[in-house]
Amino acid sequence: MGRVVLVTGVSRDTGRRFARAAAADPSVERVIGVDVVPPRGDLGEVSFVRADIRNPVIAKVLAKEDVDTVVHMSVIATPGSAGGRGMMKELNVIGSMQLLAACQKSATIERLVVKSTTTVYGSSPRDPAMFTEDMGPKRLPSSGYAKDVYEIEGYVRGFARRRSDVAVTMIRAANVIGPHVSSPLTNYFRLPVIPRVLGYDPRLQFLHVDDLLRVLHHAVVTGTPGTFNVAGDGLLTLSQAVRRLGRPSVAMPRFAVGRLGATMRQARLSDFSPEQLGFLTYGRGVDTTRMRTELGFEPTYSTAEAFADFCREVTGAPLDGAGRG
Amino acid sequence: MAEEASEDAVVIPIASGARSGRGSRGARHTTDPKSERETEPEATAEPPTAAEPPTAGIPAAEWLTAVQDAAGEVFGDDWERRLAELLAFLRRRLEGDYEIDDYGFDRELTERFFMAALRPIAEKWFRLEVRGLENIPAEGGALVVSNHSGTVPVDGLMTMLAVHDHTGRFLRPLGADLVFKLPVVSSLARKSGATLACTEDAERMLSGGDLVGVWPEGFKGIGKPFSERYKLQRFGRGGFVSAALRTGVPIIPLSVVGAEEIYPLVGNVPSLARLLGVPYIPITPFFPWLGPLGLVPLPSKWILEFGEPIRTDAYAAAEADDPMLVFNVTDQVRETIQHTLFDLLRDRGGVFG
Repeated sequence: MGRVVLVTGVSRDTGRRFARAAAADPSVERVIGVDVVPPRGDLGEVSFVRADIRNPVIAKVLAKEDVDTVVHMSVIATPGSAGGRGMMKELNVIGSMQLLAACQKSATIERLVVKSTTTVYGSSPRDPAMFTEDMGPKRLPSSGYAKDVYEIEGYVRGFARRRSDVAVTMIRAANVIGPHVSSPLTNYFRLPVIPRVLGYDPRLQFLHVDDLLRVLHHAVVTGTPGTFNVAGDGLLTLSQAVRRLGRPSVAMPRFAVGRLGATMRQARLSDFSPEQLGFLTYGRGVDTTRMRTELGFEPTYSTAEAFADFCREVTGAPLDGAGRG
Repeated sequence: MAEEASEDAVVIPIASGARSGRGSRGARHTTDPKSERETEPEATAEPPTAAEPPTAGIPAAEWLTAVQDAAGEVFGDDWERRLAELLAFLRRRLEGDYEIDDYGFDRELTERFFMAALRPIAEKWFRLEVRGLENIPAEGGALVVSNHSGTVPVDGLMTMLAVHDHTGRFLRPLGADLVFKLPVVSSLARKSGATLACTEDAERMLSGGDLVGVWPEGFKGIGKPFSERYKLQRFGRGGFVSAALRTGVPIIPLSVVGAEEIYPLVGNVPSLARLLGVPYIPITPFFPWLGPLGLVPLPSKWILEFGEPIRTDAYAAAEADDPMLVFNVTDQVRETIQHTLFDLLRDRGGVFG
């Protein structure tokens, strides 16, 4: 008897790839992919259910298919791809709440895996060098993706309290990078000239997209409960990353970078949000001891190797617009 | 007595300083050999003519020896290896092919650039004298606690240099959050090995076996008026002691004499400081009156003395939560530094002596 896994957010690339990989695992009996829009790529053996997780229909899917494992990875980082910030918040927060409500009602669910992000720790000059899972942000996020994730994590913790029989694994992934990954940060590195904040050299930590897929799979298979930072070993500074990429960069004062980001957002060239500006000013590092000792996971790519893999794609292929899609 | 003291003191070798001192100029010199070598091929193409008629200008062989002599002058005897090393270093920097640690510490940049730039200042300007080096453990975590003075935290930089040059270890300073808020300063601080002075980072570094430096007086120490020189301010809330107790590392008191006189702080502009969000705007007898010239520190004579380590491994880690114990150890460290400061002042004689 294998597991029945429900994956949210399969119409996006990482969600689709994860669902396909899970379906190929012999210990998994069936994979059900859920999203609002049909996926563009091939889903393979994954059965797709077109459903909006903001809608109670999701509860029926959970019950009908006897789902025992839910993998929630439909948290959107960019308002551009969702059609505006209001829509993004709606999809992220209300969607997660509905999904958790459905999970709470479900009699069959045993495991819940949530793909969160280290963005919840924020970026500020008062940050410790390395965040452990027990630490919170120094300043609560006031808007955007970080705030959504912070709220979602709160709801997930609430769910874990109410349904203590369900093993809840929260994966706080560092910035995901890799060939053909589209995220605010990868789009930033795809700019022909990279704007930097004058006088600051943030520390960055990356997680290769293959490692993200592997850690989610690992969590589904092992069902280790808890919150885990997941990132490649080591760090890079932004100046180092730009040099390794071989792209020119221009340093300008923080307000000018913010203004430029807003202009680029309006021109739909790149999503350059305020919290990303904070990240590119102060950077962030997370401690991954618990990932090794408790979760028992070892990423194959270090931060530098993951970035090198991304560089190969960026410098090898010609620039395609802002790299969206 | 004074002679004995100077014998105990480890005298910094001048030779190494002279070499590194010129290292920064070497970067400029490297362009000369290159441009001169470009002229070399046409000359060697017709060696007999170049050597015989004096009208053909300076012969190639002489050019070559001149270049070699110049390179030898800049880099020393094994100039070829040194030049290759310098070029390799520049290439690594330009390609981002170097490593940083969890705190953003860039070892190569610190050793080859920051330290090389500070060394002549320490040796020639402040004539640093370092005592009690045997108190710094060769390995394992330890907490160096120092007095803080000088309007600008030059004493921290000098301590880092002294520790590195005499023991080969890197002192990892803990800085106030203002340091990490300011542009330029923040990135330089992380690259040279500093991190934020918070419990998490302090304990992380100490349990990782690093040699950590704290200046518990903080801005109260460096920003105090000249009239209060060598009077220790309050030692924070003793957070450094609880970090040492929790990790069981020794506390090494460090007394620095000389930093107080580099920029005598005689005034402050509190309203402007508040406006800019900095702890103070210094006014010295020379700054801002002399403009940039006022930024040149006075050449006071410096003495650094590392005191006997105060062991904390006898206490249980849980005792770090005992405020009385923390206060007592804090006082002990403070008293040790204060008394050593008075002794060193008596020893030093004149400010510029």
